[in-house]
Amino acid sequence: MKKTVKKPVLAVGPFHPLQEEMEFFQLTIDGEIVTDIDVRLSYNHRGIEKISESLQFDQIPFLISRICGICSATHPLAYVQAVEDIAGIKPPERALYVRTIINELERIHSHLLWVGLAGHFIGYDTVFMWAWKYREPVLDLLEEITGNRNNYGNVKVGGCREDVPNELVPKILKELDNIEKKTEMLTKAVLDDPVLHARLKGVGVLTREAAVDYAVTGPTARGSGIGIDVRRDDPYAAYGDLDWNVITQTEGDVFAKAVVRLLETFESIKIVRQALNRLPDGPVTTEVKEIPPGEAVGRAEAPRGETFHYVRSDGGNRPVRHKARAPSYVNVPSFRASCIGQHIADVTITLAAVDPCYSCTERLAVVDQHKNVIHDYDTLLRLSREKTARISKEMGAPELKMEDL
Amino acid sequence: MNQEELNNKLSEIKDKLIAVEQPAESRIYLSCEAENSYEINKFLFEDVGCRFVTVTGIDSDDCFEILYHYSYDETGCVITLKAFIRDREKPAIESITPLLPAAEWIEREIHDILGIDIKNHPNLKRLILADDWPEGVYPLRKDSP
Amino acid sequence: MNWKIWSLKKSPWVFHVNVGACNNCDIEIVNLLTPKFDVERFGIKLVGSPRHADALLVTGVGTRQAVPRLKEVYRQTAKSCVVFLVGACPCGTGIFRDGYHVEGPVDKIIREEDPNAIIAYVPGCPPKPEAIISGVVKALSAL
Repeated sequence: MKKTVKKPVLAVGPFHPLQEEMEFFQLTIDGEIVTDIDVRLSYNHRGIEKISESLQFDQIPFLISRICGICSATHPLAYVQAVEDIAGIKPPERALYVRTIINELERIHSHLLWVGLAGHFIGYDTVFMWAWKYREPVLDLLEEITGNRNNYGNVKVGGCREDVPNELVPKILKELDNIEKKTEMLTKAVLDDPVLHARLKGVGVLTREAAVDYAVTGPTARGSGIGIDVRRDDPYAAYGDLDWNVITQTEGDVFAKAVVRLLETFESIKIVRQALNRLPDGPVTTEVKEIPPGEAVGRAEAPRGETFHYVRSDGGNRPVRHKARAPSYVNVPSFRASCIGQHIADVTITLAAVDPCYSCTERLAVVDQHKNVIHDYDTLLRLSREKTARISKEMGAPELKMEDL
Repeated sequence: MNQEELNNKLSEIKDKLIAVEQPAESRIYLSCEAENSYEINKFLFEDVGCRFVTVTGIDSDDCFEILYHYSYDETGCVITLKAFIRDREKPAIESITPLLPAAEWIEREIHDILGIDIKNHPNLKRLILADDWPEGVYPLRKDSP
Repeated sequence: MNWKIWSLKKSPWVFHVNVGACNNCDIEIVNLLTPKFDVERFGIKLVGSPRHADALLVTGVGTRQAVPRLKEVYRQTAKSCVVFLVGACPCGTGIFRDGYHVEGPVDKIIREEDPNAIIAYVPGCPPKPEAIISGVVKALSAL
């Protein structure tokens, strides 16, 4: 005997222990398609701009490098450039090259981190383990140069705090050769895999029009055909002297953004090599007396996009106002445009393609009209992986082979 | 447009501006009264074709300043529009979110931390302050601890 | 020795909570699973729900919005449990002291919930993965 039961509220799966609140992203669905997104920030709000007003100009780089762990070289750089603009300070050439080297090394390990996370979200845990294993040498290099794997504390008003010792250059170059080989292997494996093509192409598309309306930057913009890059458009540090390409793709889907990030990693390796080979002699710091009244803007290209800082000074020791804008602040809202109309199995990878903080992606949930959680993050992750497994089975494709070189 | 053409283009709205400063070739600051801010923002986004970057709110002693930052990527120029809100009792400014979805979050943030009313904003809910943060306390105002 | 403590020591399952961190510590924690450090060989496993956890890894300063969530997570976690404060932020708010939205340090918040909570501190900004492993091992051996 068949029995049909109609339920007004669909409750699927275990309830998240923390009902009713506390999720960053709350998605509403119709069937299995996302129809709306609500975002609640505030969990990470530490009031940094206000704290900045109580610190002195040279203390601030330490504060803002901790805005985000993985863009921690770009925020102080953008800030310091704004202050140097106000005071008319020109850092020595060697400092500009050191800043470039540190920033590009950060871009390399950040993009590898992203590739690993993307792999994790769709169920390619080998890619995850592999990408994160091979970003460790980059972190070790950064530790040798600056003393820390993250939060380098390297940039200051007027130059750099630590130099790249000339004796270290051959070692860095050799390590870059290794990293290049691994990245080549990873790129080839990802770009040639038919299952990844089927899984990621056409998913989470951000059209060019939406990309302009949401004013996105970085790989999120370059994946949708908007060829902007602060390093080329408004050159800073040593980028104006070096030869490299801005990578763009036009499709705007997750696959396009993955391609942009992978190819950019090669460009970063190219930039570091050139910078090391052309490292000028001289000091890495110049004396700074005081910061006169004035205002200025400083920006840098973080792995996620444009980091923008505005600083106003009244001639005292502390800024009157310091505005810090991270690239994710414009990129994450575009998730609305790329996610509405998508299947819930694609939600984690669509959000990941925008490359927000890892913790942001952990806080995804699907809610009903009473704000009860129907699917939590673990369910969404599982759905994503199941979709990949299904596609893989349908295509009869062999498992992704990752060689250990 | 190259930089010279850009400079000429910007002079099209000069009757709506109080002042224009260009401390460096690729840094331009336009000042206006808050009443004209929407029109000038529209001009910068639609006519000139700038990319929106962000908005900074400042509590200056005798007024509030709302700085709209734009980037003209072809020449790497940053154009900042400073809109002065003279009324300190009930500060308000027209929302640009209907024109630019990208501005939704930052206008909500300015509303939260400076207490400025953003008129005609489609979704002026609390964004970054905690749910239990007291009403009427605006952390980025100068009189706030 | 209490059999619960014995099983916790043998193979602690941990749940990660972020209460306002910059993500550096969070990434170093995820790094623990990757081949260079590979804590799964010690039986340490990251789980998706506090109900299954023996230990909490807390990162972040404890922002005003996140504090109720942290208390709720602590309530849900099966006792006995150890709370590891990873990084300078939960240990003492680090550089974000006096921020208007900062309610930490986290040990104060946990003790408000449970005065007898077992808390271990792993300072650093971020602490290296080796430091986190060392902190976890030391704390568990002391139990």
